Amino acid sequence: MWKFLVPFAAFVVMVVVFAFGLDPKRDIRALPSPLIGKLAPIFNLTDVMDANRKVSNATLKGQVYVFNVWGTWCSACRQEHEALLTISKQTSVPIIGLDYMDERQDGQAWLWQLGNPYAAVAFDHEERTAIEWGVYGAPETFLVDAKGQIIFKFISPMTLDVWEKEFLPRIAAAQRSGA
Amino acid sequence: MGEGIFAAYRGGAAERRLKTVLRSGVLSLLVVFGLWGSGRSHALDEFGQIEDPKIMARYDRITHELRCVVCQNNSIADSNVQLAKDLCRQVRELLLAGNSDEAVFDFMTARYGEFIRFKTPLEGKTLFIWGAPFFMLLLGGTIVFRIVRQRSRMPLDDTPAAGPA
Repeated sequence: MWKFLVPFAAFVVMVVVFAFGLDPKRDIRALPSPLIGKLAPIFNLTDVMDANRKVSNATLKGQVYVFNVWGTWCSACRQEHEALLTISKQTSVPIIGLDYMDERQDGQAWLWQLGNPYAAVAFDHEERTAIEWGVYGAPETFLVDAKGQIIFKFISPMTLDVWEKEFLPRIAAAQRSGA
Repeated sequence: MGEGIFAAYRGGAAERRLKTVLRSGVLSLLVVFGLWGSGRSHALDEFGQIEDPKIMARYDRITHELRCVVCQNNSIADSNVQLAKDLCRQVRELLLAGNSDEAVFDFMTARYGEFIRFKTPLEGKTLFIWGAPFFMLLLGGTIVFRIVRQRSRMPLDDTPAAGPA
């Protein structure tokens, strides 16, 4: 009896472990963020388009917003840009950008050339805001609720599919509870 | 034409031997010091040394114990990725502002998660990881013990005790 049961149990355990561990859809580089459920770090930066204009998320309290981290050096950010443009036309939720590890002129040229899906883009030349948000690989997209809490983080280029499946339901839920 | 160059190789056997010795000596030195230098990269980043040697030593240790989350098997001290340099700068600033080592690690894990630490702290939720090797040892030991005991009870000779030949 035991001669059969023990190897069988071991086999089942291994199947479960491998099913999770070897899932091809799982991005092994995507790390869980400890900031989910925490208050979004407040930043006070300048607008990438205008060094004299301030951009801060402190003024966004009371509304749901999307926070998208990018840089002109990041090819995956270029890849997601088209999707962001489409999303910005469809949604009333503001998309706030963070251009980090970058030069101001490059960020400006990018937005002139590719179009600007953002309500505002903060310019984080020294990566201090990016560190506060635990950013380690652009593009990263956060969702912040009306209480100022980070409720979701997506690491990878944004797509319309991800927007509809991952973001829209959470935005709807956040707006229902936060209103 | 070329007389001058080849003339150098026409030297006697003694001269040739000396050259070989010199050449291998230089090569050995290069190898030894090359390996020496690659052993542990020192915290000489773009900001230079920290003046206080005690803080410098702590900075050195901490930056070697923080994982570069971009290139996940490097420490931030060893990585050339911009984020690693930014995090080194952060460690330096926190230390110079008088923070403890623990405060620096807490700052990092609060933003990047436990994964950023190479050394897993021993606490409730990591008990399984720390305990696993001991558990495996116990399990293996038990199995070996049982097999050995079982075999020790077997008859010493291989001939079958009874039955058809």
